[in-house]
Amino acid sequence: MNRTWVVIPMYNEATVVGSVIQSLRTVFPQVVCVDDGSSDGSQDIARTAGAVVVQHPINLGQGAALQTGIEFALQDPGMRNVVTFDADGQHRIVDAAAMVARLDAGEADIVLGSRFLDDRTQIGPMKRLVLKTAAVQSRMATGLDLTDAHNGLRAMNREVASKLHLTQNRMAHASELVHQIAEMKLRWVEHPVEIIYTDYSKSKGQSLLNSVNILAELFFR
Amino acid sequence: MLLIVQIVLVLAVILVSFVLMRGGANARHLAIRRIMLMIFAVAAVASIFFPHVLTSLASFLGVGRGTDLVLYATIVSFFVFMATTYQRFRHAENALTALSRRIALDEAPKPWADDRR
Ligand SMILES: Nc1nc2c(ncn2[C@@H]2O[C@H](COP(=O)(O)OP(=O)(O)OP(=O)(O)O)[C@@H](O)[C@H]2O)c(=O)[nH]1
Ligand SMILES: [Mg+2]
Repeated sequence: MNRTWVVIPMYNEATVVGSVIQSLRTVFPQVVCVDDGSSDGSQDIARTAGAVVVQHPINLGQGAALQTGIEFALQDPGMRNVVTFDADGQHRIVDAAAMVARLDAGEADIVLGSRFLDDRTQIGPMKRLVLKTAAVQSRMATGLDLTDAHNGLRAMNREVASKLHLTQNRMAHASELVHQIAEMKLRWVEHPVEIIYTDYSKSKGQSLLNSVNILAELFFR
Repeated sequence: MLLIVQIVLVLAVILVSFVLMRGGANARHLAIRRIMLMIFAVAAVASIFFPHVLTSLASFLGVGRGTDLVLYATIVSFFVFMATTYQRFRHAENALTALSRRIALDEAPKPWADDRR
């Protein structure tokens, strides 16, 4: 058995998550959605689409959901790789498949998606600035030469999955993950991915102001 | 002379707040915080009956009036309060996360169990 589990943090994504899971499962049959108390019926839609749904009894946040999903996947003795993938349809399955291929080729133990390695991603100038600043900040704090620090698409092998321990429940988990990669001296590589900004994802995604919260959560650990 | 006293005072305030903020749930730190609170309360009461005592202490330390001294102490204790409350909150949150995660994982179906049949 040689399985890849796709971990999807999910919170009120009923309109899109069904189709995201369906198309994912043509390539990755094992999908786990970590739900955080969605009130729009996302859970049933995800289950119908063939995903395992793990439900937090209360809302804990995206970082907590990723950690829960990873721990779920670790319970499967046949799990070889874990992919983290967003529920809002912003990631591309071909990118995820290419990242897993790089893991299987032994190129790295964790592959991080970056939207700034090619020019496929159409992104607003303000958002670009914020993300670039975040990348520079984590580069200075950790010494890792990253181009994109807040990308939800990642692939890691079993060993890395068992070593990571995300304690930042909300959005600061992304920087925390980079810190842990640096601390444990994991073999990492960035992979160019496209982030699709639809009207739906823009209306739901993170407000730029939230980057203030991310910084505060990091500094006042 | 005054400047030196002020610098020492500022350093002491920063050091004490830092130690107390970092302290966490440890019993020694809790005791220190309680002692500080007692001293603060006694000083506040004393300043009502003997305002000049506090004022002479303040002028000895070079910070003006006695009420100024009380104000500074209040600010420091407020920061310490904020920091310890934040830390306690973080601890509670971690515990809650661990509990919720356990419940979530226990209740989840485990499809790979079918393999072994
Ligand atoms: N479990 C859980 N998932 C969440 C929570 N908040 C967001 N998510 C999921 O996390 C993923 C990414 O969330 P977004 O809000 O789009 O964040 P983002 O993609 O980093 O930001 P944008 O670039 O603005 O889209 C989606 O799959 C969301 O459903 C939450 O509180 N709990
Ligand atoms: Mg998004």
